[in-house]
Amino acid sequence: MTDDVDRNRRHFLTLATAVTGGAGIALAAIPFLSSLKPSARAQALGAPVEVPLASLEPGEMIRVEWRGRLVFVVRRTEEMLARLQQVEAQDLLRDPESKVTEQQPDFAVNGYRSAKREFLVIEGSCTHLGCAPLPQFQVGPSDDWFGGFFCPCHGSKFDLAGRVYKGVPAPTNLRVPPYRFIKDDVIMIGAETGAA
Amino acid sequence: MARIESEIGTPKGGFMKWIDDRFPFTETMKAHATEYYASKNFNIWYVFGVLAMVVLVIQLVTGIFLTMNYKPSSAEAFASVEYIMRDVEWGWLIRYMHSTGASFFFIIVYLHMFRAMLYGSYKKPRELIWIIGMLIFFVLMAEAFAGYLLPWGQMSYWGAQVIISLFGAIPFVGETLVEYIRGDYSISDITLNRFFALHVVALPLALIALVFVHIVALHHVGSNNPDGIEIKYHKGPDGIPLDGVAFHPYHTSKDLVYIIAFLMVFSFVMFFAPEMGGYFLEHANFEPANTMATPEHIAPVWYFTPFYAILRAVPNKLWGAILMAAAVLLPLFLPWLDRCRVKSIRYRGWIYKTALGTFAISFLVLGWLGVQPAEGKYVLMARVFSVLYFAFFLLMPYYTAIDKTKAVPDRVVYHG
Repeated sequence: MTDDVDRNRRHFLTLATAVTGGAGIALAAIPFLSSLKPSARAQALGAPVEVPLASLEPGEMIRVEWRGRLVFVVRRTEEMLARLQQVEAQDLLRDPESKVTEQQPDFAVNGYRSAKREFLVIEGSCTHLGCAPLPQFQVGPSDDWFGGFFCPCHGSKFDLAGRVYKGVPAPTNLRVPPYRFIKDDVIMIGAETGAA
Repeated sequence: MARIESEIGTPKGGFMKWIDDRFPFTETMKAHATEYYASKNFNIWYVFGVLAMVVLVIQLVTGIFLTMNYKPSSAEAFASVEYIMRDVEWGWLIRYMHSTGASFFFIIVYLHMFRAMLYGSYKKPRELIWIIGMLIFFVLMAEAFAGYLLPWGQMSYWGAQVIISLFGAIPFVGETLVEYIRGDYSISDITLNRFFALHVVALPLALIALVFVHIVALHHVGSNNPDGIEIKYHKGPDGIPLDGVAFHPYHTSKDLVYIIAFLMVFSFVMFFAPEMGGYFLEHANFEPANTMATPEHIAPVWYFTPFYAILRAVPNKLWGAILMAAAVLLPLFLPWLDRCRVKSIRYRGWIYKTALGTFAISFLVLGWLGVQPAEGKYVLMARVFSVLYFAFFLLMPYYTAIDKTKAVPDRVVYHG
């Protein structure tokens, strides 16, 4: 036994072992963390869905499921479309011109937030905390309500184009999913870009 | 302690010596029970630690038996809980024991934490006991949240939707994080399956480990007492604290009486009011999860409502989430926010007494507001009491520094 320990060598070896071990742990964490992501099956189930619109009467709404999410499809009447301008005129909306780009595909950046003016296709998930808003299409009873969607959880309000009202907890407009018209009266939700 | 080699294997000493040569059984029993001295003036506030252990055991045992019949899949979960309630012999009892136990766990833990605030149990040298205790509280919240999704009822689904969406408020990484939590693009079968894994394996293991460490730390520094003085400063000639009595048999026999009384209350609720008017088990959860429609009125279970009320008091998504997280995390810093050297409320001044009273009332009122609709006067009240809640912590370094205290006695005293 001697006391001539090479401290530099020992320090280097300790550090090298710690770094190698640390890198090993970090690399070993990758498969575990990745397994938490949506699996191949979950991604496959997120495939686009076809929705026929022919049987949808003006003023009616249907609920569709896409990627496990709720999607509302509304066939708006001319009268309902006219109300969109009334809400805008009263300056009740936070983002009337759909400036927050993540909330809709480019084709829906217009006064109706849709590819065709009469059909509204919109995710039924409140942008506050994800509750499903309730459709309340009639005007009133309060004089600042022109019909739209009301979230029962925390009172957020949206108009008939899913545009968020001012002074409610939801920060942004309801999201428009990517969709396109594959025929005149059939849409494909989940497939990109707009009109036929 | 360590015995010399030649002693091992000698026939004298019998069975216990054979064990003790190989495992420190007698030594451990002495250190943690028969020769662990805790103050003789413990009052009822000091029973909640033991009761929390009792409820932990109840939850573990009932949980294991529920797992034997529960199916963690979105197609079968709701029906399997109904199956337990109707077709499994005594299944209803085991399930109600578990659901009632969850609520009682929080009642006990909140009272246990309030005890620490009354008698300064978080102060030096017990800061780590407090921090470990807070970690237990966080894990318990996660455990309760994961467990609430499992019956796959309407409130399970939409409650989880709201709470998981909160993580989406985090800038930049929020949406990705939410996808990692759910494992899907919405709350689905996949989410339910992983919450089951967390609820029955990962989080209970963490809970048990933390409780073990909590007790090791407690027995290392010694228990506090209602006078907030250190009993080990006054020891008799035998080295035993003059104001201490052995945990076993003295504290254990007293605790046994409390445990029996507690089990009577527990049984009453379990048999006659397991839903507790919709607070322990919410009415909307008796309907299976429907991804297409949110219940009209959505509120978390009662033990989360104080924090939920703070979330709703803020008319901004990100700030609501930040303030809610802050409300949960702030108590962690109590040992350093409190600048007063006197531990027990008995010898502290009127400022701290008023502050602690205001805090307790704010917490209760916020809890009540969390189940009211978020509109009009309720929102205003939630804002006022949220401010009071935060003021208690944030102003603490100032008001505890100027508060006048009474003289602290040397030895424990009895009141009435």
